[in-house]
Amino acid sequence: MKAGYASSNVKKILNQLNLDPVFIRRIAVANYEAEVNVVAHAFKGVMKVYFNPAKIRIVVEDEGPGIPDIEKAMQEGYSTASEKVREMGFGAGMGLSNIKKNTDQLDIQSTLNKGTVVEMINYIQNSR
Amino acid sequence: MAFHHALKIQEDVCMGCSHCIKACPTEALRVKEGKARLIAERCVDCGECMRVCPVNAIFIEEDDFSRIFDYPHRVALVPSVFIGQFPRNIVSRKIYSGILEEGFTDVYEVEHSSGILMELINNYLDAKPGIRPVISSFCPAIVRLIQVRFPSLVDNILPYKAPLDLAGIYFRKKLQDQGIKPEDVGVFYITPCAAKIAAVKSPVGEEKSPITGVINLNTLFNRVYSVIKREEKGYCIVPEKEQLLPEEMVWTLTGGEAKHVKGRCLSIDGIASAIEFLEKLENNNLGNFDYLEMRACDEGCAGGILATTNRFLVSERLRSRVDQYYIDKNEGKIIDNKNITKYKDYIAGNSMIGGIEPRSIMKLDEDIVQAMKKIQKIQKIRGYLPGIDCAACGSPSCRTLAEDVVQHRAHTSDCVFVAIKVKGGEGMNQVVDFTEEIWGKERFRNMLPE
Repeated sequence: MKAGYASSNVKKILNQLNLDPVFIRRIAVANYEAEVNVVAHAFKGVMKVYFNPAKIRIVVEDEGPGIPDIEKAMQEGYSTASEKVREMGFGAGMGLSNIKKNTDQLDIQSTLNKGTVVEMINYIQNSR
Repeated sequence: MAFHHALKIQEDVCMGCSHCIKACPTEALRVKEGKARLIAERCVDCGECMRVCPVNAIFIEEDDFSRIFDYPHRVALVPSVFIGQFPRNIVSRKIYSGILEEGFTDVYEVEHSSGILMELINNYLDAKPGIRPVISSFCPAIVRLIQVRFPSLVDNILPYKAPLDLAGIYFRKKLQDQGIKPEDVGVFYITPCAAKIAAVKSPVGEEKSPITGVINLNTLFNRVYSVIKREEKGYCIVPEKEQLLPEEMVWTLTGGEAKHVKGRCLSIDGIASAIEFLEKLENNNLGNFDYLEMRACDEGCAGGILATTNRFLVSERLRSRVDQYYIDKNEGKIIDNKNITKYKDYIAGNSMIGGIEPRSIMKLDEDIVQAMKKIQKIQKIRGYLPGIDCAACGSPSCRTLAEDVVQHRAHTSDCVFVAIKVKGGEGMNQVVDFTEEIWGKERFRNMLPE
């Protein structure tokens, strides 16, 4: 399983904006978790980054099993990751709660057997 | 802000190839007018460019050796890897004597201070459970790498000076206590790398280094080795005043530092490995660590760019020095007499470094709106470029060329493929055909709007 490529590229771009390093790091952590979720659970996914001087908005959209109970999935330690994924050190059930911790605004839409859309917004003014 | 770099490019030797610009981990080099040029604020003095230069055009500037004679008291601060440069049959006492023969009045191994630093590190870890992992401040190339490429991690850097500075502080104080005036003391560090020179000349988080000057390790090695060979017989060998402890002998080798730190520690060597690790650390996806020993050179300081002997041999030599210590100790030949411990409180009181500031080389503009515009421009330019990272434009990759263009350091037409497309013409189209045979059909088709 190779995850981290997309979020690493996004981090490179964010680093080119004159933003607070801690602000960038929060987005990088959230973004990486979102990418890992796609690689661990879904079949394929797209990460889109939108930015303007007010906010960074990242939308991660996947085609996959979807999340049956989003509220439950948000709880720390809750995981549906396969044994194989856990063996690789992922699937500790911290993903979504970690994303929540590191975003100013989080929206998750999921349809069973279709896919999930994770929208993460961080406000730049909060970083200064 | 001016940055001192010990790495210099000899323009008359540089033949203008692409090896160094590709090897640089901070993309600090470009080729312009046929010569490699350094972007000073990006360079972290790791020396990777020097390793790959096929014509040895990159060298490390050093202080003139005769400068040591400006001082009545001339202290040579020697790293233990210096001892490791010599064949095993040349004992450290003999090497010390050779250094004195060359004009120094005192020889002191830097790692004598590492025991005190070790205590400081462990106390710091206990006092600051909120900062994890703590990253060693030992290797100046790593400290600078974090400043410029991983600014979010600067607060994780250990706020203590390196053994080199602590040893310098100690020796100055010791001589001062003997009634010697500070201005009469010259403390010279024998460096295995360029990063240590930069750390002495423009220290991070310190106002002034206790080190007067720097002599390159290979320079002193050549001098001392020839003295030892010349005076094989009837050679005056001074007794060793203070014996380096076994853990201190290998402290600058990979693992030598982490081994003595409490908790979960990793030893990472080599700048590429360090970058890979720091990249992941920024994403918080590696688990929890207490301490990271991180050095820019493979095998730690044994792999320093100024070493004359192969790093694996140096490492083996130092480990056998450890073995010899225990043999000598069993035979009662070793008197553990560490004078430096008497100065522990004084050294500890002067060991902190001030704040280490992030200084990102990645930001495109101070103004965020401008930076965003530039990112869009870069994306657009990258669409024109072939993406083969050939470096024929003088920038290490197509991405860096696009960045250079928006920063007004280069032109899109510096790309040979773009130039061919723009100039067009029958002959030029043939060139494109030939190049496509190598890089794939249609590769260059979409580069520029027709």
